[in-house]
Amino acid sequence: MEQVIANGLYLGAQYALIALGLTLIFALMNVLNFAHGQMYVLGGFITYTVYGQLGLPFVVALLASGVTLAVIGALMEKFLFRTVIRRSHREESTMLLAAATAFFFDAVILLLFGEKQRGVPKIVKGVFNDAGIIMPYDRIVVGALAIVFIAAFVLYMQYSRVGRAMRALAQDRVAAQLMGVRVDRYSMIGFAMGAMLAGVVGGLLVTITGVNSGIGGPISIKAFLMVMIGGAGVVGGAIAGGFILGMMESVGLTVLREYGDVTYLVIFAALMVFLSVRPNGLMGKPWG
Amino acid sequence: MTRNRNTRIAAVVVFLAIVFVVVPAAISSSGRFDLYYTLTSVALLSIASAGVWLTFYIGRINIGQGAYALTGGYVSAILVMNHGWSFWLTLPVAGLFCAAASVLIGLPILRLRGVYFAMVTLVLTEVARLLALALPITNGAKGIVSIPLPGALSIFGLTIIPDFATLQNSRLAFYLLAVTLMVVCFAVMYRLVNSRIGKLCQSLQQNEELASSIGVNIAYLRVIAYAVSSFFGGVSGAIFAAISQSIYPSSFTVTDSVNFMLNCFLGGLGYVFGPMLGTLVLYFGWDLLFQTGQFQLLIYSGLMIVLMLVLPNGLLSLAETTRKKG
Repeated sequence: MEQVIANGLYLGAQYALIALGLTLIFALMNVLNFAHGQMYVLGGFITYTVYGQLGLPFVVALLASGVTLAVIGALMEKFLFRTVIRRSHREESTMLLAAATAFFFDAVILLLFGEKQRGVPKIVKGVFNDAGIIMPYDRIVVGALAIVFIAAFVLYMQYSRVGRAMRALAQDRVAAQLMGVRVDRYSMIGFAMGAMLAGVVGGLLVTITGVNSGIGGPISIKAFLMVMIGGAGVVGGAIAGGFILGMMESVGLTVLREYGDVTYLVIFAALMVFLSVRPNGLMGKPWG
Repeated sequence: MTRNRNTRIAAVVVFLAIVFVVVPAAISSSGRFDLYYTLTSVALLSIASAGVWLTFYIGRINIGQGAYALTGGYVSAILVMNHGWSFWLTLPVAGLFCAAASVLIGLPILRLRGVYFAMVTLVLTEVARLLALALPITNGAKGIVSIPLPGALSIFGLTIIPDFATLQNSRLAFYLLAVTLMVVCFAVMYRLVNSRIGKLCQSLQQNEELASSIGVNIAYLRVIAYAVSSFFGGVSGAIFAAISQSIYPSSFTVTDSVNFMLNCFLGGLGYVFGPMLGTLVLYFGWDLLFQTGQFQLLIYSGLMIVLMLVLPNGLLSLAETTRKKG
């Protein structure tokens, strides 16, 4: 039982970090970033190249993942999403753009890194084995790092000037603009931060699960699930959604083991029932 | 006004002539019989996309059409294989089954809006795939294979459609079947959109609360639209199963659902015939780029991004801007 909870917490921490980036982009721009999973994969491959291939320290690799993705995110916002939002009659059109960029990233990743599963050497060796819990040290380190990043993100959004501006933007775009917030600039920063988070998680998890070019789509779907559970566009909701999904997956894999591979079927079904009762998730704002 | 009407009738006649006469003639003279399969796929995918377009029309982003196409395919396949039904009978049954299922699913989830609805329908596609894997009747990952070709259809002893297995060229038969259904489907769509219900649906797209306050029964309307949409999905899935004579849990996946949505976007959300054009362009574009080998996806998605930047309101919006200028 302790093992299940520990696994759930570990999964939840990384999931929450993935969901945070997605929800940030959604909150600022009303864009559902289909390419989030692909950004995660790209981050993973960058860390794989820098840490696994070039042999540089892991911290450098993680930084490289984050910075590259942040740049990509900023460019995407400036040249793609901003243009389409301005020109399109319906704001859903950004979904086509997002899906197209997801395909584009898939293609680029496949061309650059091939289709093989890639892994890197462990960052910390050894296994923690006490009080009925068995967990490799590297998982503990990654889980702890994820929690540190989440805390840093929340504090940054809460207390920094940029964070305040972005929260104002998420609440009411027009009002924020009238108060002198430079909407375009902070949208770009927000998109860059969201992409950066995806890249950082990818870099963190490549040390444990490895990475391959095909997992972008499934990761995106999981991120959508978490965001839906917690409520789209709410930071607290994304964190809650991440931990809830992590816990459900961990418990489901244990409890439902004898029924075969039905954990996700049960999670999906539960989610649909939950959403029909609470259409905006746990703490989402109503969609207007 | 009458001139407008005349040009419209002329356009329909030209379209029908191209689809039923020119294309088969051109294919048989050029010997490119593989094009039948491509065009059949385009016709069927555009039927499913038309369904997605209809949900767009009531202001919902539907990424769940793959679920209904898969369900329709399985319903038809199971009825033909296990119960010995005629394919022609399973076709409407598959559609109706999907419509009924969509009413049950739609009643709760159609209350959701925007990205919430989009994401739930996306999840729905995954649910359908996982169900197909888990249920005993669907034969798991092995799928249902060697489904017989559609048999003869006769009413009062008069054979309307011959047995596909006895035909020399079943590709042509499938092509004609798919295209006929596509024409019927888009005729229905056109009629629906230009009817009273269509106008009411448009009011849902613009403002549900306002529509509701005027006395539009929004819950009823959106379930109806969603059911029609799923009907189309089920029918096209059933024919796909018949053409490929097999159905697997991976026959329709999230990618297909996303593609159905992209077809609508590309053609233009404001135009009934948008999904047809979008499907044609996307499917053929993908096929043509096959020669570029490993760069296929890169070029395809790159072009899609460029198209989106230049024409964010769909290909058919091009006609509109030129008309305004001229």
